[in-house]
Amino acid sequence: MFGLNTKDTRLLILVAILVVLAPFILNPFPENSAMAQFNAGYPDLMQRFVIFGIFAIGFNILFGLTGYLSFGHAAFLGVGSYAAIWMMKLLTMNVVPAIILSVVFAGLFSLLVGWISLRRSGIYFSILTLAFAQMSYSLAYSVLTPITGGETGLQPKLNDPRILDGALAEGATPKANLFGLEMGASYELGIGGWLFTLNAGYYIAGVLMLASFYLAIRIFRSPFGMMLRAVKSNQQRMNYTGLNSKPYTLAAFVISGMYAGLAGGLMVAMDTQAGPERMFWTVGGEVVLMTILGGAGTLIGPVLGAGMIKYMENIISKINSKILHEWFAFMPDGVEDFIVNILYPFIGKGWHLTLGLIFMAVVIFLPGGLVEGGQRIARLFGRGKKASEKDASGKTTPAE
Amino acid sequence: MEAIILQILNGLDKGSAYALIALGLTLIFGTLGVVNFAHGALFMIGAFCAVTLSRILTLSYTVVDETQKDFLGNPLKVDVPYLHDMFGQATGDVIIDWAVPLSIIFAIPVMIAIGVVMERGLIKHFYKRPHADQILVTFGLAIVLQEVIKYFYGANPIPTPAPAAFTGSFDFGAMLGFDPNLIIYPYWRIIYFAFAAVVIGAVFAFLQFTTFGMVVRAGMADRETVQLLGINIDKRFTLMFGLAAAVAGLAGVMYTPINSPNYHMGMDFLVLSFVVVVVGGMGSLPGAVLAGFVLGVLESFASMGAVLEVLPGLNQIIIYLVAIIILLTRPRGLMGRKGVMEE
Repeated sequence: MFGLNTKDTRLLILVAILVVLAPFILNPFPENSAMAQFNAGYPDLMQRFVIFGIFAIGFNILFGLTGYLSFGHAAFLGVGSYAAIWMMKLLTMNVVPAIILSVVFAGLFSLLVGWISLRRSGIYFSILTLAFAQMSYSLAYSVLTPITGGETGLQPKLNDPRILDGALAEGATPKANLFGLEMGASYELGIGGWLFTLNAGYYIAGVLMLASFYLAIRIFRSPFGMMLRAVKSNQQRMNYTGLNSKPYTLAAFVISGMYAGLAGGLMVAMDTQAGPERMFWTVGGEVVLMTILGGAGTLIGPVLGAGMIKYMENIISKINSKILHEWFAFMPDGVEDFIVNILYPFIGKGWHLTLGLIFMAVVIFLPGGLVEGGQRIARLFGRGKKASEKDASGKTTPAE
Repeated sequence: MEAIILQILNGLDKGSAYALIALGLTLIFGTLGVVNFAHGALFMIGAFCAVTLSRILTLSYTVVDETQKDFLGNPLKVDVPYLHDMFGQATGDVIIDWAVPLSIIFAIPVMIAIGVVMERGLIKHFYKRPHADQILVTFGLAIVLQEVIKYFYGANPIPTPAPAAFTGSFDFGAMLGFDPNLIIYPYWRIIYFAFAAVVIGAVFAFLQFTTFGMVVRAGMADRETVQLLGINIDKRFTLMFGLAAAVAGLAGVMYTPINSPNYHMGMDFLVLSFVVVVVGGMGSLPGAVLAGFVLGVLESFASMGAVLEVLPGLNQIIIYLVAIIILLTRPRGLMGRKGVMEE
């Protein structure tokens, strides 16, 4: 289907089902139960899942296939955001031109950055992209304030000259929409104790994520993707064969930059604001974490990694010591306090610590990320010797 | 002229910090071939060594002093540091006042220990993995170290003053024969620069004039041959990692009076230090030091009012701009060795 083989089609359909049913799957606990705080099925978080999913899928096309480690992708996210917000200020609150322009501008900017950075490889490439990202961040923060709004960032205002939109009523707030369908519009579905929120913005972002996922599969399976893998495994040999690797890596860089721009544009579409902190290099570092955590070079890995990190950021950081005490209340007091004291640094504001530890463990023990972990577990419980032989032979071409 | 000298001086203290961190980074890279993204965290830990020591020194107990009254007329509660009991009040106060310089003695063994543990416990397993993996695992380690510090010391900057004798500024211009009040420079910054110069000199002397240093240099040039000669080079390289950690730590200790330490200061310096290393040339120790000072001074020149009028925002991006130009025109950096990290 869609030019994919059976396995990939199955994967795509699985992801599509997950995206469609996410508001239900992520809300497994009734609204008023003690576990309700683990529900991740609220629009804000689900939107972040898919947006960072797009970001990570794009990053993976560069890092997973070519092995070029860029720390500067936050810049493209930021450029996409600014392009989108300007469309909303100048043209219309409809998200379509905003998203298209964000992809175009991020693509152009990544073409420039990539063209320069890709003259070098390895650590030098990482430093160059880092330098570009930090430069963009500093400029957005200071000199470019007329364009970027500086520290305060940009929001659509009532008196912006939106050429295509009619004038808004006095006091109305401009809202992002898709031909009249507001991004914030939600339909709440109550079943028994459960409350599911079906949000328009989430599904629009979700559809775009599925499209980008599909595109990523096609790239992975195309001759172009094969060339990118050749860059990773042995660039020198590729050159000796008479192939120029530069156009391929540059194309991969620009594609991943456009993905980042799409993510940035979607962020603006969801909460109509943009600020320079989106360009800070740690945001670029975060997408690196997501991709590695999920499994670089695999199709589904980056999406998993993005989901996991965003889930941790929003859910683990909400746990506080009171909740911990409630959980371990069944234990004797001394033991309870002891356990709570041990766990406390890892939750709430300390979730970065947990993230750092998990990330280190993954890099050390599971270079293939969560996907490899899943495969190993599957092999343990699975189909015996034959399957493991098959997996071992498949190791030379890590596709999934 | 005065303005130029003032800008050079202003650049020196930041340049010293860059140079010290970059020196450690290069030392690690040159010996072990590892790209250490956790080096900024080591700088930060050094700074928190100073915080820790000054907290230890000011450990105190409370006594009720009947001779003094607070504004309500109750006897005043006074915190008496244990040091007062040990050394008497005057000496105790002097020791507390000198907490930051004293931290140097405290930080060296701590940092060497942290460095050695880090190398033996983690980095050792990454020699044969690709550079990307090394970057990633040390990046993760940096996050962990940063969060541990944040847990124990909180997220706010902790002011750690220099000894009273060195606070304030002095008229450096008058010393050089310029008109007074033109070049005013804080004492501590000149001390920081002198300290950095001493540390850098010591590291170079250690590598150049001791047998240990000679073996290490030989190992940097050709590890295998040194091993074939029956020398346990791994052990020496581990120690060099500890030394590099100590250099970063000392840079952090002495930096505390200039900038109150907070848990993310390491990350802020890390990015710049990497740029410095790359500009200086991967694997070149003199290159790292030179690039550190050059970039520090350039940064301070770029923040002059006259320059900013022509090119606004230059001070924010000058370092990155220079790095990009250098990397594109002189791929090996200013003083890079041939054959190091060239793909």
